[in-house]
Amino acid sequence: MKREQINKLLNKVPTHVIVILTMIIWIVPTLGLLVTSLRPPEAVRSSGWWTVFSSQAVGGPYATYCAECHGADGTAIPQADLTNPDVIAKYPRSLQLLALLRKDINGQPHMGDNPLPSAQEAAEIATYLREAGQEAGSQFTFNNYIDALVGYRGNNTYRVDCAAGTQPPDLTCTARDILNPRGMGRAFINSLLVTIPATFLPILFAAFAGYAFAWLDFKGRFLLFALLVGLQVVPLQMTLVPISRFYAQVGLNGTFLGVWLFHTGFGMPYAIYLMRNFLGTLPKDLFESAYLDGASHWTAFRQLVIPLAMPAIASLGIFQFLWVWNDLLVSLVFLGGTTPVMTYQISNMVTSLGSGWQVLTAAAFLSMLLPMIVFFSLQRYFVRGMLAGAVKG
Amino acid sequence: MATPQDISKPATTPEVAVRRKPVRTSSGAPVPEIMKQGGLVPWLYLFPALLVMSFFIVYPMINTIGLSFQNRDGTASAATTCREGQPCWGVFENYRYALTAEFNTSSPGAFWNSFWSSSYGNTIKWIVVMVFGTVSVGLGFAVLADRVKYEALAKAILFMPMAISFVGAGVIWKFVYDYGTSQTQIGLLNSIITSLGGQPVAWLSTTPINTFMIILVGIWIWSGFCMTILAAALKSVPDEILEAARVDGATEWTVFWRIMVPIILPTITVVVTTMVINVLKLFDLVYVMTGGNFQTDVIANRMYTEMYKNFNVGRGTAVAVVLVIAIIPFIYYNIKRFMEQEATR
Repeated sequence: MKREQINKLLNKVPTHVIVILTMIIWIVPTLGLLVTSLRPPEAVRSSGWWTVFSSQAVGGPYATYCAECHGADGTAIPQADLTNPDVIAKYPRSLQLLALLRKDINGQPHMGDNPLPSAQEAAEIATYLREAGQEAGSQFTFNNYIDALVGYRGNNTYRVDCAAGTQPPDLTCTARDILNPRGMGRAFINSLLVTIPATFLPILFAAFAGYAFAWLDFKGRFLLFALLVGLQVVPLQMTLVPISRFYAQVGLNGTFLGVWLFHTGFGMPYAIYLMRNFLGTLPKDLFESAYLDGASHWTAFRQLVIPLAMPAIASLGIFQFLWVWNDLLVSLVFLGGTTPVMTYQISNMVTSLGSGWQVLTAAAFLSMLLPMIVFFSLQRYFVRGMLAGAVKG
Repeated sequence: MATPQDISKPATTPEVAVRRKPVRTSSGAPVPEIMKQGGLVPWLYLFPALLVMSFFIVYPMINTIGLSFQNRDGTASAATTCREGQPCWGVFENYRYALTAEFNTSSPGAFWNSFWSSSYGNTIKWIVVMVFGTVSVGLGFAVLADRVKYEALAKAILFMPMAISFVGAGVIWKFVYDYGTSQTQIGLLNSIITSLGGQPVAWLSTTPINTFMIILVGIWIWSGFCMTILAAALKSVPDEILEAARVDGATEWTVFWRIMVPIILPTITVVVTTMVINVLKLFDLVYVMTGGNFQTDVIANRMYTEMYKNFNVGRGTAVAVVLVIAIIPFIYYNIKRFMEQEATR
C-alpha cells in the first residue's frame, strides 16, 4: 500500500514539472517587464533585471579583506552607514580608502595582521562599497512611471530636470504635464475615450439585432444570419482603405467619432452572433406570457431581454473592451499621432527607443494595467464569451 | 473559472422552437398575433446593425476590390502604371506586383530562397509553426493541468497574455530578446546563453531565426486561447470511457491519442481554423518587433506598408484582396459549420 502511494506520487512528478515549468516560462517575461519598469535607468543599463533577486554578488577583493569584519555585503560596518550617500561619497577613490585602511581603530591597526590590499584591489573595494550603498538606498523607483506619464524624454528624470529647471521645452513642471501629447497620461485618457463608446455602441446595436434574430420572424432571417457568420472573419485590412479615403473627404480622420463607428461596424457580426445565440436559449414561455399580457416588442426588449441578457452583455463587453483597448491598426490609421492612444504611443517609443528600456517598460505596464484588472476580475465572463464561438481575433 | 457545462451553454443548448411556427404556445393558449408578425418591426430592430455593417464592412470590401485595379491614388486604371519594357499584366498590374515583386525568378534556387524570405513564405511559416505550437501547447497543458490541484491558477497564468495587447507583448519579448554589444547582456535569453558559455545572438535581426522568434511570441499569446477551448471539450469527454480504458490496461499515452483526441477532434478542427484566420490577419506583432524588416514581413503588414508608408492605394488594396482570397475557404467553412449546427437544432 505504501509502495503504491509512493509510486503514484512519483508518477505525478513529470506532470507537475511540466506544468510548473510552463507556468514559469509564461510568467517570467512579464515579471521582467514589471521589475525593469521599477529600476533606476543606470541599473537597467548595467545589469539584468533578475539580479535584483540575488543578494549582492560579493566583490572578490572585498570578500577577501573586509567581509569577515563588515558582513558579506558591507551592511555590518558599524560606524559606516552605507546607505548614507555622504559616507559613500567620502571614499570615491581607492587612495582615500587605502589611507583609511592604514589608520588605527581604537589603538589597533585597522587591518590587524592582514596585509593591506593593493591599490587595484582597494579600488575594487571602493567601487563595490559605493555600488552596494547606492543599491541599498534606491534599488526601486517610481520615476520611470512619472517619466512615462508625462512623456519625458531626456537623459535624467523628469523630477531631476524639473528641480534643476532644465526640463525639455514641451514640459512645464506643473500638473498640466500629465496632458502632454507625448505622454502616456494623455494616451490613457484618449484610450478610455475611444474604448468606452466603442464598447457600448456595438452591444446596444447587437442587442437590438440579436432580439430580432432570436425572437422575431421575418423573411430571409436564416440567410442574413449565415451571411453574418461569414462576415465575422473578414480581415480588417480589407476595409481600411475605402473608409480612410471616405473619412478624409468628410473630415472624420483623426476624430473619435470615426474610430467609434469603425469599431462598431467591425464588432457587429461577432456581437450579434453571440447575442442571438444567447437570447435563443431563453425560455420561450417567458416571451409568450409577456406577449399574452399585451407587452409590445419594445416592452419585452427593455424589461425582459436586457436584464436577462446581462451575462452575454458582460462577456461581450469584456471582449469588445479588450479588443478596442489593445487594437493598434485602427488607431494607427484613423487617429495616428494627432490623438494618440496607448498602443500607438508605445509602438512609437519602440521604434525610436529614445527614452530607454526603463520608460518603455513602464509605459507598456501602464497600458496593461486596466486590461489585466478587467481580465482577472471578470475572467469567468471572458472565458464564457470565448467558448460561445469566438472566431474573432 | 466557470464550469464547462455552465460556459458552453449559449453555444450548445439551442432553443429548439426558435425557427418553427407553432400554432399554440407551450401553455396551450393560441400564439399571440405579435409573435407571428413579420412586416416592418424586425427590420426596425435590425436597422442600426445592418446600417453600420453595410457601411463599414460590405461597401468597403466592394470598393477595395475596385481600387485594386487602379493606380496609386485611385484616379486611373492600373494598366496606365505599366512601363515600357517591363512585364505587365494590364489591368491586373497591381496583382502582378503583389504576387511577384518579392520573388527573384532568375533561377529555381534563387526563386526558392526569395520565396521563403518573402511575406508569403513567412506567412506560411507563421501558419504552420504557430498553429502547431498553440494547439499542442494548449492541448498538452489542458490535459496536464487537469491533474493538478492548482489547475485554476495554472490556467489563468497561461491565459493571461490574451489580456495583453500585441504591442505590450512585443515590448515584453523585445526585452527578453535584447541583444547588447557590451559584456553584460540585459536580455534574459542572451544572458542565459552567455552564462552557459555561448555567444549572444541578435535574435530579431538574424535571418531566418528572427521570424521564428516572433512566432514564439505569438504562441505565448494564443496558447491560452486554444487551451481554454480544448479544456472545455476535454471536460465533456465522459469519465466512464476513460476509466474503462484504464482498467483494461491502456497507458495514459494510449488514452490520450486513442480516446481523448478522436472525441474532441471536431473542437480541434475549429481551433485550428480559428488560429489560421488569426495568423493571416496578424499585423501588430511584426509591426512592433521588426517593422517587417530583416525578412520578417507577412502579408498583413505588407498591406499596411504599401498603403500607409508607400501611399500606393492600388498595390495596398491588391495585397488586401490576396489576403481575403486566402481567407475565403475559412469563410466558407464557417458558414458550412453554422448550417450544420442549425440543422441539428
